[in-house]
Amino acid sequence: MNELISNKAAIVGVGATEFSKNSGRTELRLAMEATLAALEDAGIDPSEVDGFSSYSVDKVPDYEIARLLGSKEVKFFSQVPHGGGGACGPLMHAAMAVATGVAKTVVVYRAMNERSWYRFGSGNYGFGDSPTFDNVNYGWYMPHGFHTPAAWVGMFAKRYMHTYGATCEDFGRVAVAVRDFAATNPNAFFYDKPITLEDHQNSRWICEPLRLLDCCQESDGAVAMVITSADRAKDLKQKPVLIKAGSQGMAEGQQVMTSYYREDITGLPEMGVVARELYHQSGLGPDDIQTAVIYDHFTPFVLPQLEEFGFAKRGEAKDFIRAGEHARGGRLPINTNGGQLGEAYIHGMNGIAEAVRQVRGTSVNQVDDVENVLVTAGTGVPTSGLILSGS
Amino acid sequence: MSEYDWLSEVRALVGREYGRVYAWDEVNPMMVRQWCEVMGIENPLYTDPEYAKQSEFGELVAPPAMLQPWCLEGLHMNNYPPGSTDENPYEVLGLLEQQGYPSVVAVNSELNFERYLRMGEKLYYTTIIKEVSEEKTTALGTGFFVTQIMPFYSVKEAGDEKVGELLFRVFKFRPAHSKASFENKSAAEKPDATKTDAIPRPYPGISDDTRFFWDGCAKHELRIQHCKSCDALQHPPAPVCSHCQSFDLDYKVSAGTGEIYSFVVMHYPEVPPFDYPNPIGLIELDDGVRMIAGLVGVNISELEIGQRVEVEFTSFDDDLVLPLFRSKSG
Repeated sequence: MNELISNKAAIVGVGATEFSKNSGRTELRLAMEATLAALEDAGIDPSEVDGFSSYSVDKVPDYEIARLLGSKEVKFFSQVPHGGGGACGPLMHAAMAVATGVAKTVVVYRAMNERSWYRFGSGNYGFGDSPTFDNVNYGWYMPHGFHTPAAWVGMFAKRYMHTYGATCEDFGRVAVAVRDFAATNPNAFFYDKPITLEDHQNSRWICEPLRLLDCCQESDGAVAMVITSADRAKDLKQKPVLIKAGSQGMAEGQQVMTSYYREDITGLPEMGVVARELYHQSGLGPDDIQTAVIYDHFTPFVLPQLEEFGFAKRGEAKDFIRAGEHARGGRLPINTNGGQLGEAYIHGMNGIAEAVRQVRGTSVNQVDDVENVLVTAGTGVPTSGLILSGS
Repeated sequence: MSEYDWLSEVRALVGREYGRVYAWDEVNPMMVRQWCEVMGIENPLYTDPEYAKQSEFGELVAPPAMLQPWCLEGLHMNNYPPGSTDENPYEVLGLLEQQGYPSVVAVNSELNFERYLRMGEKLYYTTIIKEVSEEKTTALGTGFFVTQIMPFYSVKEAGDEKVGELLFRVFKFRPAHSKASFENKSAAEKPDATKTDAIPRPYPGISDDTRFFWDGCAKHELRIQHCKSCDALQHPPAPVCSHCQSFDLDYKVSAGTGEIYSFVVMHYPEVPPFDYPNPIGLIELDDGVRMIAGLVGVNISELEIGQRVEVEFTSFDDDLVLPLFRSKSG
């Protein structure tokens, strides 16, 4: 256990906009709507906020939110890099700030018109040829047309399939299970639209070995949360959701989406770093987790994540999934909001909101007797994770 | 010279006629006037009704060289009028490309006119694959001349009337060795996408740490960074050795052989200038390092991990030489 961080801070408010393919308003407005909703949910006055954290690709500056909230003294602000991999990082940063007394009330937020303003999956990243690190690095891939997240994930997935005998149908079983949860979540893109494995197998190729239904839909929307000390949380409106553990992770041979030069590319060692640290901080193990939000921008990376966290042995996540242990009624129902595949792609922040609801007991797909919920962030990049808990 | 086996599939397309592509608009004076203005044509026969009335035609006619523009899709690619075919008359080029002939240059465009077009005529054309040559080598490289004929018709109740014909010939080829080098090239000298019609491949960012690799490509050498302190090889290159942190680095020239360690086949989104499906491999070289590269000359349905491949340097857009990998048969 790490007593310095574990259970010292709590998520006391959650707010979100609707999730859509075209929000029709600015990202700043989305951020303000979500932030004010989170503060309202917590019962905390905006003027009390003295810290902010978000993660990269988000283009809404912390100072503008602070200005519009009327914040007077802001003592902590951070932005975690690496896009969706950073998703759980702001919560960890907020927990550290609160645990150390650097800040008392921290807002974490994610607000993007990622669908209507710019799309990650377009194959056009504004890549240039000046010798900055990014341009030189992507110079190994872009000239070949190897330029979409689906393709970068697909390269790992193909090797994983070859090594462990996982199949395209196994990826499909991930999609079917989370779409089943989305079908009963009125806030999901795919509310009331479950799919079958046959639908998955009949969906067109995006990038072999990934089919259309292996890929999430790009989205507009915002989610924000308010974090304060566990002590203060006891006197607020909502049941406190304790940050039991929070970690970031990079591992040997780390790159962003292209860690193809490691001895073995079938695992996610950076997620292994996160797993070990979360279990260390919390004193928990896989048997103590009742439900999890496993980052699912693309289905294939769900499998090695289950392995890195010890829910299945290396290469055996396919058996866990074939047995339906990840689905409704299984040993570890995952992504009960419908995941990014079914609810929306808010780069993991909507999944953290679902984990909060599972601890509060207010999810539309509530799992029985939830004590601890695992949340993971973006895969294939330097990443992060959380364990949230009711006690 | 005996032909490649795969050419039979290409040759089978010779003689094929692809369906109709209609004109969006009837021949009309507004578009004629604009075209003449843009092209700098001042002949009043096309734009002055009074003048035209006195001519042998007795009315305005369209410039013959406008024959092809009437049937173009307009601003948006592949946006053809209702009723047009959705067949791809260029599929033959795709087949050649799959066999490792990536580059294309138009070599002939010959228009023949039967008569002047009058206002109100509605046109369409079809496309016939006329000929695929034997493999030829020119100064540009080695490949095939592909000839298409596009007869243009005017829709008539009594039976459509042929009004002209376009012969269009391209050379689809594998470029000859490029002399281009990236050495010390300033940004100003690099290809400018805004100055050409064709969208070039993205040009890699090249730094002092990686220039030797791209210079090697220009010389058709696959250069792998080598640490003089601990003898390790590494790719992608970096300013220090990732094993011993030495700055004392040079390179070795790889034989360029290896196997497919993993691969993907990209289908969507289709982004110019790439052709789809686009197979891309993570190649494990026999030297022990891996690199990402496009795959050529592979049968997509038979791709598998472990397949032997060897490097093939290919030039794009005059200035970019990429190491691609070709299936090593046998």
